Amino acid sequence: MGSPQGGRLVRDTARTGDQWFRLLLAAMAAAVPFVIGTMVVALIAAAWPAILRFGARFLITTTWDPVASQFGVLSFVYGTVVSSALALLIAVPLGLGVSIFLSELVPGWLRTPISFLVELLAAIPSVVIGLWGIFVLVPWVRTTAEPALQASLGFLPLFRGPPLGLGLLTAGLILSVMVVPFVVAVSTAVMRAVPTAQREAAQALGATRWETTRTAVLPYARSGILGAIFLALARALGETMAVTMVIGNVAQIRVSLFAPAYTIPAVIANEFAEATGDLYVAALVYAGLVLLVVTVAMNALARLLVNRVVQGPSFIAE
Amino acid sequence: MQVMRVRLMVLALAIMLLGGGLSTVRAQSPVILNGAGATFPYPLYSKWSQVYAAEKGVQINYQSIGSGGGIRQFIAKTVDFGASDGPMTDEQIAQAGGRVLHIPMVAGAVVVTYNVPGVTSGLNFAPDVLADIFLGKVTKWNDPRLLQDNQKAVLPAADIVVVHRSDGSGTTNIFTNYLSKVSPQWKTQVGEGPSVNWPTGLGGKGNEGVAGVVKQTPYALGYVELAYALTNKMALGYVRNKAGQFVPPTLSSTSRAVDGALASIPQDFRVFFTNPDGKDAYPIAGFTWILIYGEQPDPVKGKALVTFLWWATHDGQKYAPTLLYAPLPKSLVARIEQTLKTMTAQGAALLP
Repeated sequence: MGSPQGGRLVRDTARTGDQWFRLLLAAMAAAVPFVIGTMVVALIAAAWPAILRFGARFLITTTWDPVASQFGVLSFVYGTVVSSALALLIAVPLGLGVSIFLSELVPGWLRTPISFLVELLAAIPSVVIGLWGIFVLVPWVRTTAEPALQASLGFLPLFRGPPLGLGLLTAGLILSVMVVPFVVAVSTAVMRAVPTAQREAAQALGATRWETTRTAVLPYARSGILGAIFLALARALGETMAVTMVIGNVAQIRVSLFAPAYTIPAVIANEFAEATGDLYVAALVYAGLVLLVVTVAMNALARLLVNRVVQGPSFIAE
Repeated sequence: MQVMRVRLMVLALAIMLLGGGLSTVRAQSPVILNGAGATFPYPLYSKWSQVYAAEKGVQINYQSIGSGGGIRQFIAKTVDFGASDGPMTDEQIAQAGGRVLHIPMVAGAVVVTYNVPGVTSGLNFAPDVLADIFLGKVTKWNDPRLLQDNQKAVLPAADIVVVHRSDGSGTTNIFTNYLSKVSPQWKTQVGEGPSVNWPTGLGGKGNEGVAGVVKQTPYALGYVELAYALTNKMALGYVRNKAGQFVPPTLSSTSRAVDGALASIPQDFRVFFTNPDGKDAYPIAGFTWILIYGEQPDPVKGKALVTFLWWATHDGQKYAPTLLYAPLPKSLVARIEQTLKTMTAQGAALLP
């Protein structure tokens, strides 16, 4: 009952402020979908001649012939998806290993230098990584890695064909170098955020260090780790420069990882500047649209996977 | 008092500078010409722009965004001139609406470069063999047809690793135009253009990408611009020309190619003069063009543009050889003069 007048004034001001704030936040939230929406509309509009001309055939054919105006994007989709998958196959176990080491095992004085170096890797421009790829990675893959793989696993069709150094394998390797920092930075952060009580509880039950990590830390950090993998996947799918410098840029689908391939971002970057003719430009934009859809689809797929894993039985219950 | 005097002096100085500045502006009324297009002639155009600004006070901005982009900007009329390593198609000219002029600036050549351990420059390539290598039909370095033209060289039984440009480029346009002229199968199966559907080989991005792959991969073979190959001291293949000679790619053999093609160059200059006549002509060569509208909207800018093009095709040519471009022959320049004289602005001729 003290001073109702004053209290009301405060409430009113607060309410107007709240409303403004709410409006502002709503506008901010609307901005992102708006940008994505206009982007999709603009892409569809620019790709329209190619969509009309090729329709779904664009998605299931592999011929990319600007001279004859025949365009199919399947080999680029294959190259994009396989190189990204390879990158994750290498980067996720490696990155998780580094993260577990950094959060659970490392002596304090070593943690900062290692995380600093890993983060530095993320800061290197992709064209520089591409140059390193051309001058260091490609010769190494050609003279060492591919012959070794051929000698040991050559019975698999995956490792057949002449070792050229330029191809899917090298693209996957260079992408893994580029996405490892994302996996490491995010997963280390989430693992370190796991409460000490979790670890202590596991240790009190007689768990070894590895058992503690496996039963107490990893399950707790699971959703964060999966987030890290998405981030890495998104980066790998969209990477252009470094990949185009080492993948060999040939629009084909081959089982062998030694064979040159091509990705959607690479073909757009390579050909857009010199593309003449409406249909050609439209086909490149259409390819961009397909990349957008592939990215969304891969993300959705990954999210589905996460939901199942997160809701599924936890490691502790095993 | 002191302070006062200093202030007055500063003020006087400022007025002088300002006045001086204004009067120069009035006297020269600087014209800026904007152009965009091919990357191949960029070093030359940027040299011209620098020299021309110093000598004539006309500023030329050139953006090297690629020939395709140059043609698009030119059609959209966002630039005063376009630049391209390939001529515009009839369809593009119709889109542009208006009289489109192709003015040749200099010529360049495309060279075959390779990496065969122990073999230096000077391997001989017959046109049909070259086409079959890029078609994937000749796959070994010791193919009998290669050996026949290179009896002194020791060629191994290794696979040829074919390398081509992955990005769209005028270099590819000239090279595939040449292959289409010398190989009927290439013409029907692949065709010509800045990007084509390659039957075989790896793609490298840019001259440096192709050069990088060739230099590092034993038994690789690719094609790059002459200027790039000369600057980087790459192994150069000799190509057999129409007269049956194996010709080394040089600036002078490129000029001989222009000479050999002169008679067959059409009135609008829209031609790839690959595989020309002439004993010393290097067969894989082409022009780079500046694209302009015959009817200029603005008399002042139009006058500046035509004056610049006149200078570029006359005095400007002396900068070409040092930058490794082949200058235009005199007789061709005479024909360009005739074309430039047809340029008008608001119905009036721009040149006397």
